[in-house]
Amino acid sequence: MPTITYREAGKLAVQEAMQADPSVWCLGEDLGRGGVFGQYAGLETEFGDDRICSTPISEAAIMGAAVGAAMAGTRPIVEMRFADFALCAIDELVNQAAKARYMFGGQVKVPITVREPMGMWRSSAAQHSQSLEAWYTHIPGLVVVAPSTPADNYGLLSTSIKSDDPVVYMEHKNLWDVSGDVTLGQTLPLGKAHIAKHGGDVSVVTWSAQVHTALEAAEILATEGIEIEVIDLRSLWPWDEDTVAKSLAKTGRLVVCHEAVGVSGFGAEILATISERYFGLLKRPPIRVTAPRIPISYAPNLENEVKVTAKDISNAIRQMD
Amino acid sequence: MPKSNLDISRLKERYHTMLRIRAFEEFAIKAADEKLVLGAIHPSIGQEACAVGVCAALRQDDFLLSTHRGHGHTLAKGADALAMMRELFGREGGICGGKGGSMHIADFSVGMLGANGVVAANINIAAGAAHAAKLLGQDKIAVCIFGDGAINRGPFLEGLNWASAFNLPVLFICEDNQWASTTRSKDVTGGDDPVKRANSLGIKGESVDGNDVMAVEEVTTRMVTEIRAGAGPRLLHAKTYRLLGHTSVDKAAYRPDGEADGKWAECPISRTKDLLIRAGVSESEISKLKADAAAEMNAAFEEAKVSPWPAISDAYSDVQDIGSIKPMDT
Repeated sequence: MPTITYREAGKLAVQEAMQADPSVWCLGEDLGRGGVFGQYAGLETEFGDDRICSTPISEAAIMGAAVGAAMAGTRPIVEMRFADFALCAIDELVNQAAKARYMFGGQVKVPITVREPMGMWRSSAAQHSQSLEAWYTHIPGLVVVAPSTPADNYGLLSTSIKSDDPVVYMEHKNLWDVSGDVTLGQTLPLGKAHIAKHGGDVSVVTWSAQVHTALEAAEILATEGIEIEVIDLRSLWPWDEDTVAKSLAKTGRLVVCHEAVGVSGFGAEILATISERYFGLLKRPPIRVTAPRIPISYAPNLENEVKVTAKDISNAIRQMD
Repeated sequence: MPKSNLDISRLKERYHTMLRIRAFEEFAIKAADEKLVLGAIHPSIGQEACAVGVCAALRQDDFLLSTHRGHGHTLAKGADALAMMRELFGREGGICGGKGGSMHIADFSVGMLGANGVVAANINIAAGAAHAAKLLGQDKIAVCIFGDGAINRGPFLEGLNWASAFNLPVLFICEDNQWASTTRSKDVTGGDDPVKRANSLGIKGESVDGNDVMAVEEVTTRMVTEIRAGAGPRLLHAKTYRLLGHTSVDKAAYRPDGEADGKWAECPISRTKDLLIRAGVSESEISKLKADAAAEMNAAFEEAKVSPWPAISDAYSDVQDIGSIKPMDT
């Protein structure tokens, strides 16, 4: 069980998939040089520049070509560099990749894995920091994944590449250097949450880098005698309603925290679903701890204004009782 | 002029396919008028030579991507007319199970990777299909037909540059019917023509009389041979004219009076008929070809009309493998 970084875990998943299946290839900007975060480092040497394809800065063509290449029998891994840039390829993802199988009556599937590094990282400001995962959950046809640990990045990316669905795969830029144990060959199913910490008082549902923030909050609260359960959803579509409901049956208290803007964020969907289907489990009104609806700033003190911190989460939880 | 019996026989075949397309669309328009086809129909009447001339130069396993005005391309590539008609009617047995309609017709069994409801969106998809063929070591090519309106969208630049940079086996065809929806395209287009735009990206291209089916077939055949041999992408600019409105219900009142009137005699079907007559083919033989095409499409129309609607459960199928929902979940 090697200890590797989140970055290396993603690369390992890609490398193994490419070794196992010659139809898997990667396309995106600067991939031959390792990609903007080094997550493809060395792969061009092993697989050549046809399969580690360094492209022009043409997001629409990267995504659109991947759709065509998937229809024509390959399994492209699309690198969007920053989730923000994928907005230049939204027609190709939403109108084409997500719809082709359905509107062509099942004649074709579009097995693409779209890597969209997300989240706040090092004063990157409004166009390089966004968490837009909720947008994609709105689109029938797409799977949406947001891993929080090296083991999950390895296991979930491996499964995503093998999936015949278009998968929006959102790694968090602030996690690239996080290390952890990874069991080789251990893939993970999509749609199954992971309980990152067990606790009986409050269910805290989250994903991606916020899992680590919630775990920090858990440590703070434990010193006060509050035991929270941290549920890492791992994927947002599908999302693991059952695991959340089971936890709520125990705690009766629901907090959802996420880095994205709260308005129409995925927390809203979780609260709505729980209210509609599991209202009886709730002992207290549920709470969301999310970003205010303002763009992300450059200056560190302004950037901090949109960050959901362990303090924010623990304060919210203290107010529940 | 056809020079040999072989030429005449080939011309008759092309003429017949054009007649089938014309008849298909005439019945589609009738069905729309009778509220049997509910969604928009974008007729390609007057543009049949491009569809037929291009597809005659392709193998069945070559890829074709088309547009919202794609009935002709799809029929010429070999799709089944009845399954297409059922699709327009939104019925069971439609080529996409009734889930796509006119603008999303596809037949992957004949390499037809889809019409597209978004102008120019097919260009990058075609480049990708060609990219896959190259990666897999296949000698298939991809052909992408788009209109004159598409050359002003971003994917035209991105897709052509991509195909050029990666030297991909793809043929881009600008089927220029002179009208971008209800706007004359030359009024909203900078520069000369799509060939010069392609040239600026390192892609060779040429223009052809898009109403001359044999000319289209000849130049396409030559380009396809070059592309299959590894020469990289090409662009063909086929100039034609949209005889009807943007959709079947658009009377094209924005066009100057009489603009279209004089064009009917220049349409590919009229011109090919003249060639056949001059080559000695009898009026009765020509009438029989027309009657055959009309009978085939009439039968498709009547059959589509009595075909059942799709099962409600189909609304929930083929969404995705992971995370699909059942009707009870809604």
